[in-house]
Amino acid sequence: MTSTSVIFAGFGGQGVLMAGKLLAEAGLLEGKNVAWIPSYGPEMRGGTANCTVVLSDEIVGSPIVPDPDHIVVLNRPSLDKFEPAMKPGGHCVVNSALIDRKVERTDILPTYVEGNTIATEIENPRGLNIVMLGAFVKKSGLVSLDSVKEALHHVFSGAKERFYEGNLKALEKGAEAV
Amino acid sequence: MTRVLMKGAEAVGEAAIKAGCRHFFGYPITPQNEIPEYMSRRLPQVGGTYVQGESEVASINMLFGCAGAGVRVMTSSSSPGISLMQEGISYIAGAELPVVVINMVRGGPGLGGIQPAQSDYFQATRGGGHGDYYTMVLAPSTVQEAVELVMDAFDLADKYRNPVLVLGDGIIGQMMEPVEFPEREPALVDKPWATTGCKGREPNIVKSLLLDPYELEEHNRKLQQKYERMKREDVRVETVDLDGAEVVLCAYGTTSRVCRTAMERLREKGVKVGLVRPITLFPFPEKTIQSLDPKKVKFILTVEMSLGQMVQDVKLYTEGRIPVHFFGRTGGVVPTPQEVVREVLKRLGKEVEK
Amino acid sequence: MSVPVEVIFKRPEALRDRPTHYCPGCPHGIAHRLVAEALDDLGLRERAVGVAPVGCSVLAYNYFNCDFQEAAHGRAPALATGIKRGRPDTIVFTYQGDGDLASIGMAEIIHAANRGEKITVVFINNAIYGMTGGQMAPTTLVGQKTTTSPYGRDPEQIGWPIRMAELLSTLVAPVYVTRQALYTPQLVRKARKALHTAFRLQAEGKGFTFVELLSSCPTGWGMTPVEALEWGKEKMMAYFPLGEFKKPEAEEGGKK
Repeated sequence: MTSTSVIFAGFGGQGVLMAGKLLAEAGLLEGKNVAWIPSYGPEMRGGTANCTVVLSDEIVGSPIVPDPDHIVVLNRPSLDKFEPAMKPGGHCVVNSALIDRKVERTDILPTYVEGNTIATEIENPRGLNIVMLGAFVKKSGLVSLDSVKEALHHVFSGAKERFYEGNLKALEKGAEAV
Repeated sequence: MTRVLMKGAEAVGEAAIKAGCRHFFGYPITPQNEIPEYMSRRLPQVGGTYVQGESEVASINMLFGCAGAGVRVMTSSSSPGISLMQEGISYIAGAELPVVVINMVRGGPGLGGIQPAQSDYFQATRGGGHGDYYTMVLAPSTVQEAVELVMDAFDLADKYRNPVLVLGDGIIGQMMEPVEFPEREPALVDKPWATTGCKGREPNIVKSLLLDPYELEEHNRKLQQKYERMKREDVRVETVDLDGAEVVLCAYGTTSRVCRTAMERLREKGVKVGLVRPITLFPFPEKTIQSLDPKKVKFILTVEMSLGQMVQDVKLYTEGRIPVHFFGRTGGVVPTPQEVVREVLKRLGKEVEK
Repeated sequence: MSVPVEVIFKRPEALRDRPTHYCPGCPHGIAHRLVAEALDDLGLRERAVGVAPVGCSVLAYNYFNCDFQEAAHGRAPALATGIKRGRPDTIVFTYQGDGDLASIGMAEIIHAANRGEKITVVFINNAIYGMTGGQMAPTTLVGQKTTTSPYGRDPEQIGWPIRMAELLSTLVAPVYVTRQALYTPQLVRKARKALHTAFRLQAEGKGFTFVELLSSCPTGWGMTPVEALEWGKEKMMAYFPLGEFKKPEAEEGGKK
């Protein structure tokens, strides 16, 4: 791997920026070069949101990636937008609890995760993003699950510590689901 | 100290604080609001002062007063706001005061858009306001570099008693990257010219008004000497793989990163490609451009998020010895590495993939 | 053998021994002196930083014997904000005319006042742009002829003269807002007292203080100095009433 890019996309409020941030933190913990960049502007107000994470063993080149290696999509518009853009051979992780269609391309690797259902089952409906992250990390092996756990601990500390246990569970359940 | 993941805008704010800046005046504008937000949160914790001005016009004049009083001070804004600040920047340059101004450039002209752009290059590198002056212009390409350049900006502003502009864009501001803050004490200097109250000395006057034309001419000559000194002592540029390069890309900030990715793909196709990345846009790394060998370099391709601004400087300093081409996207559209690859291959007369 | 000598009149230390460029009969000289006397009386000269405007008093820094900054047109209160926030121990004052303060600098004065900046603003209102040659100002009286209101100021076309002291006194933050005049020795004495109060309140850290001084412009008004003072007393004071519009409760006759 020299450089790998992942786009997390969904509705504003589904936590895609946080999921991306955790992946970036995990990459940093593993000594990789990382960049995280959100879409910004009016589209973030209740519309679609996405972020790009680039992990690299070398200097991160362009942080803007029109053709990501992998995508994690939490709603239908995101799948419609990013499926055609992906490079061949990457993972396309789909929140099938909300997305009512299958992946159309045959040169990418689809994974279907009942994200909302799992999050509701563990009584952490807002943990959808972390469930999807768990599934992606397990499937792609881009970083280790332990690194993501450490990142979770780092991000959910202090005033946010009460969210740690619930999100840890979401991460594990997501990983188990694939 | 370990590397922490930090948003560019917040890293810029923290870098200013690490550089001893305790005063910030600004007015909200997208896409740089995280800087004033960060400063309004952090400055009171370190005994500093944050004031939200009633406009960019007022904010830059608050910098004028504060810098005149001998205090390290910063503001940040984005293109339309920076246009409003040009009056103050001209006065500050005339009065020879050290200030740091961050411009997270967005698409223009007018209200334009809020996505990243590099279309303020002319404004930044040609003074920006009225009169015969320049501001020093630093252009980071990563969050880490933004930290280092913001810290350096305060020292350079003091060294030259001149405004220093840090030219970023929405990507630099919004992006999170690992950051390590250099461990160094702020290099605070004595400012015997500052208006601190005249106890024990003659009064100090901070002004840009010189009604006598000969005096004003003399003042301008002195300013020019300062700019010449910047050219001698503080040009910064990064070059990549210039040895044996048949194609040289020239880009700064975010587009230089697009070019790096494009270079990887061009090398795979057997193209010998190098990069000139100006870090100081003023003073421009003219010697680096002048030293390119016309016998080896087939052309220079300048890549910008504008429709061609820095390319004029590149042309100026190649003095017609090497063909200079341009590729740019504007209005907030970021060029893709593929586009740059295609442009290079096309110019080389090679097969271009569909 | 020494003869006991008592000095009964001298130049304030806060003024330089230097002739001014002002026109004959211009009250700027009086206003400068009053500001300087206030600084001297309160022992503030060595802590003072003045901010000069764009207008006739653009060169005020040549006449005051204290630190000074020269602002862009209208921006003096923003500079003063920066100075005071950067150096809270200084005594900061702006000295501005009506075009500078009430026209191009309206946003800066209102917001500096509204933030309660601990500065003193000296506002010289002579109802005309003197330096540029007698054009209409935001405080030019209705019917008053200037080079850009040759038929007299017409409020239907350009609105009414702005009463700055009243306007600023509607804000919560300012602690002292007053209007005085420079038309007679008695009025000058009252103006002197007002400036003294304003600088004292600033030195006590109380907040924003504003002293409007009704002045005259013999050159711009096309009158002799004596006629101008008479005209000011009659016309300016009729539209711009003198008084203390805002004063701390503890002050004599003060009201919040």
